Amino acid sequence: MTDFLLELRSEEIPARMQAGARAELEKLFRAQMTAAGIEAGDLTIWSTPRRLALIAKGLPEATAAVSEELKGPRSSAPPQALEGFLRKTGLTQDQLQDRDGTWFAVIDKPGRATAEVLAEAIPAIVRAFAWPKSMRWGKDSASSESQRWVRPLSGIVAIFGEELIACEVSGISAGFATRGHRFHCPGEITIGSASDYAEKLRACHVIVDHEERQSIIRDGAAKAAADAGLTLVADEGLVIENAGLTEWPVPLLGRFDEAFLAVPPEVIQLTARVNQKYFVVNDAAGKLANGFVCTANIAAIDGGAEIVAGNQKVLAARLSDARFFWEQDQKKTLAQHAEKLANITFHEKLGTVADKVERVAKLARWLVEEGIVHDRSPAKAGAHDDGADGPRLSSGNKEELADQAELAARLCKADLVTEMVGEFPELQGLMGGYYARAEGLPEAVAAAIRDHYKPVGQGDDVPTAPVTVAVALADKLDSVAQFFLEELTPTGSKDPFALRRSALATILLIGENGLRLNLLDVIRKAMLLRVAEDKTVQNSANALRVELLVGELSRSDRGLAAAYDAVGDAERDADKQRLEQQTQAVSNAAGVVLDFFADRLKVQQREAGVRHDLIDAVFALGGEDDLVRLLDRVKALQAFMTTDDGANLLAGYKRAANILKQAEQSSSPAKAGAHGGQEPASADARSGPRLSPGSITEHDAMLLAALDAAEPAASAAVAEERFTDAMAELASLRAPIDAFFECVMVNDPVEEVRAYRLGLLARFTGAVHGVADFSKIEG
Amino acid sequence: MADAEAKKSLSFQDMILTLHAYWAARGCAILQPYDMRVGAGTFHPSTTLRSLGPEPWNVAYVQPSRRPTDGRYGENPNRLQHYYQYQVILKPSPADLQEQYLGSLAAIGIDPLLHDIRFVEDDWESPTLGAWGLGWEVWCDGMEVTQFTYFQQMGGFDCKPVAGELTYGLERLAMYIQNVDNVYDLRFSDPVGDVAGLSYGDVFLENEKQFSKWNFEVADTDSLFAGFKAAEAECQRAIAANVPLAAYDQAIEASHLFNLLQARGVISVQERANYMARVRDLAKGSCKAWIDSQSESWTAKYPGWTL
Repeated sequence: MTDFLLELRSEEIPARMQAGARAELEKLFRAQMTAAGIEAGDLTIWSTPRRLALIAKGLPEATAAVSEELKGPRSSAPPQALEGFLRKTGLTQDQLQDRDGTWFAVIDKPGRATAEVLAEAIPAIVRAFAWPKSMRWGKDSASSESQRWVRPLSGIVAIFGEELIACEVSGISAGFATRGHRFHCPGEITIGSASDYAEKLRACHVIVDHEERQSIIRDGAAKAAADAGLTLVADEGLVIENAGLTEWPVPLLGRFDEAFLAVPPEVIQLTARVNQKYFVVNDAAGKLANGFVCTANIAAIDGGAEIVAGNQKVLAARLSDARFFWEQDQKKTLAQHAEKLANITFHEKLGTVADKVERVAKLARWLVEEGIVHDRSPAKAGAHDDGADGPRLSSGNKEELADQAELAARLCKADLVTEMVGEFPELQGLMGGYYARAEGLPEAVAAAIRDHYKPVGQGDDVPTAPVTVAVALADKLDSVAQFFLEELTPTGSKDPFALRRSALATILLIGENGLRLNLLDVIRKAMLLRVAEDKTVQNSANALRVELLVGELSRSDRGLAAAYDAVGDAERDADKQRLEQQTQAVSNAAGVVLDFFADRLKVQQREAGVRHDLIDAVFALGGEDDLVRLLDRVKALQAFMTTDDGANLLAGYKRAANILKQAEQSSSPAKAGAHGGQEPASADARSGPRLSPGSITEHDAMLLAALDAAEPAASAAVAEERFTDAMAELASLRAPIDAFFECVMVNDPVEEVRAYRLGLLARFTGAVHGVADFSKIEG
Repeated sequence: MADAEAKKSLSFQDMILTLHAYWAARGCAILQPYDMRVGAGTFHPSTTLRSLGPEPWNVAYVQPSRRPTDGRYGENPNRLQHYYQYQVILKPSPADLQEQYLGSLAAIGIDPLLHDIRFVEDDWESPTLGAWGLGWEVWCDGMEVTQFTYFQQMGGFDCKPVAGELTYGLERLAMYIQNVDNVYDLRFSDPVGDVAGLSYGDVFLENEKQFSKWNFEVADTDSLFAGFKAAEAECQRAIAANVPLAAYDQAIEASHLFNLLQARGVISVQERANYMARVRDLAKGSCKAWIDSQSESWTAKYPGWTL
């Protein structure tokens, strides 16, 4: 058993690609070994900026000899069959064995020296290696076929035991020689075997084990901070990145002018982290302190004083830029910044960001005025709390909330044109919040500006402050509504405007805050706000119509058609036609959006661990655009299905549905026609027993009675959104349906009796359907 | 840094002269700046056009670079609307390019065991030149001092072979070497006898003030728009007339006029992409015309070479 060492040296590999490269090297090496019949056990894979290394312990000296036996045609078979077999095996007839009238070929494959296998594997690995981005270099790159690597490949070490594996890849021959640290040990060093590789490199200032470098950085940075009485702000991403940028990491503490702490801490941290790859530190009180930790790649001859001084200077220049932006931005109010949004295209078909902001402001206000978004803090006195509909705001509070939502919406995108966000786009929202507070806007408005992008995906904090909720919801609804209205919908993996994320965020906002709204109406409202921007519309009598239309939709029980009819008497002109087209488009698109939301809700519920068949069972009912109600129903159903009652009721339902289905199939079309397309059985059952006495058993009667009680009770519970109660009512059907199936023969020879019982079953399944479509439920 | 030591550091001009000597000794022809307004050394036809085709090309030059939007009226210690890049092009890229580059840092006085030199991933792309390459920004104690790129494509065409490009930010490097915090405090030249040396501010502060004002406030936008259109038309005429070098001059001109229009704030966000695409078309067209005009001799001299 022999150890193998492979080192692929190159110019600096990007830090972010090193983990992937290690995995790729392992995958390709294993594939090569497997193909050659060598068991590659534990592999050690290391990376530094300048090398990928692999050590395979205990490889065999040679692959095992294999004897393969192939069964051929019968010796009595026609000659063509034998010829084919000989061709396939590459043997001649006298090499075959005749065993009881059947030809057998025995092929002995001798073992191959592992060294030989490796010599072929190495070039194959290099050629097949997949980098996220690769390049050509040097004089060979005059040809398009030249070797590609992440950066120029500069050397290969390949040693099996103590023997060199002679091989060559695009002019680079494998050898014993590698290089140590670029500055500490620039010359060649000779590696003897896998066993001395890491230590020889260490002696030459290269720590080849990336995990060891990560530990040095993690611990060293913490210590450098602690030695100065500070606490490192842990950042594992930075640890890994710095380990990918160094072969001999030396964490060093630096300082910056305390005056820079006037800049928001997020800005300082981002500048230090993203631009300079520095850690930041906190003081004893847990607040950001005026220090940082950088990671040098050398043990400097002066102990690092010059390096620290240089890095301090660079950070100071960055922070003074940041402070300049911070101060410059505050010379204008957010409202003044927002004026520039008129110059920024939101989307070529959707106008400017200013247009969007205007719509979001109106929608956010409307969401408050309609009571969809309201203050959830408990009402102070019971006086204006009328119970069923939850806490209400006094009209004064509501007006204030609406004003704040509108104001926050008008300002929420203003920071996009500030210098700071221009420099650090990831600070959007956050900076707006800071600037709002600095200019003395109400805290609720500042918080709404800061958080209105939230939630960004599942797992992100969902805003609950009412002003924030109104703005966040309006922003996302507007995006989804307008892009769908323009038919810029996500397809397959393509979702360039992140509409799926917006829809998910909308669902989370509605769910988390228990917002009661008819989504379809809200979507139409959002779309009509865009229609109202149309110049043709604005310049004519249509403006009035749109006003009315948009206003009409405030009453969420009125559909678009009804709203349009309400203004239908206005004078006819060409513009009206256009308006009609647009409102029609709104109607169509809103339906599409609702389906889109249904899909996203299904995905979201599935990811949240809800059984997809239960989701389907509720969605199949259709016509539901109140997400809170819909989710309540799913929740109740999920709870119900874990009970015995639920499971048994489902069994009963399935049995009933099967019988009904068979009955339907056996009844010929002619027969169905004879009944005039009605459901005669059902009608019979409802109208009570008109059958001869004795043909109906007590079990029929018990089921009928149970249905008479449970059906209206369940419907009432559903109507009052008491879904758990509705399930409980259904549960009361379990015993009678079980007894019915046990004691009664549905397919009674007497036609009337059979029809009656089928009718009972149809009523039963119908009652169940009133709560959820049990046919979708598995089990 | 002690005063005595600071005095030993190279002046701005000596740093340039040292780099010239260093790269000349490694086989580079020392060219002069291109005589047109450009945004970076990469725009010099000795980089853009000469990085195409199979012929070896090893040159170094200083290129004054204009970035109108970076002007700060001489009030910012780090930002200038006019500054210098030192540009080295080595085609094909030599195997020891990194070592040669590090040697040049040592030559101008940077000790790599005292200062932390790092190669940090930075993929270069020039949307206006239709060019990209892979490489690094080179950090010295956390400061980017050089852009180091292996050109993969120029004008939309594969570089065959690949050229290595080094772009040193001269002011930054000099500020580092001289240990000054304000670019205008750089020693441009050292005193000789009783002739006083000049500071960078002596030479350029007034330029920064006046050009910042002109770029941002004065430049006549109608003329700039007209100039852009004229350059665009002339570029296309020159391409049609099979004089790609002249065509490329007009592409450079259009690019710079676009930058000025940006500084004047008269190009909206939506127009910006459109203008960039127009400049790119000119640059690509010039590169294509250059290739067309040279292909015959390239394939004759380098059998087997293909575009």
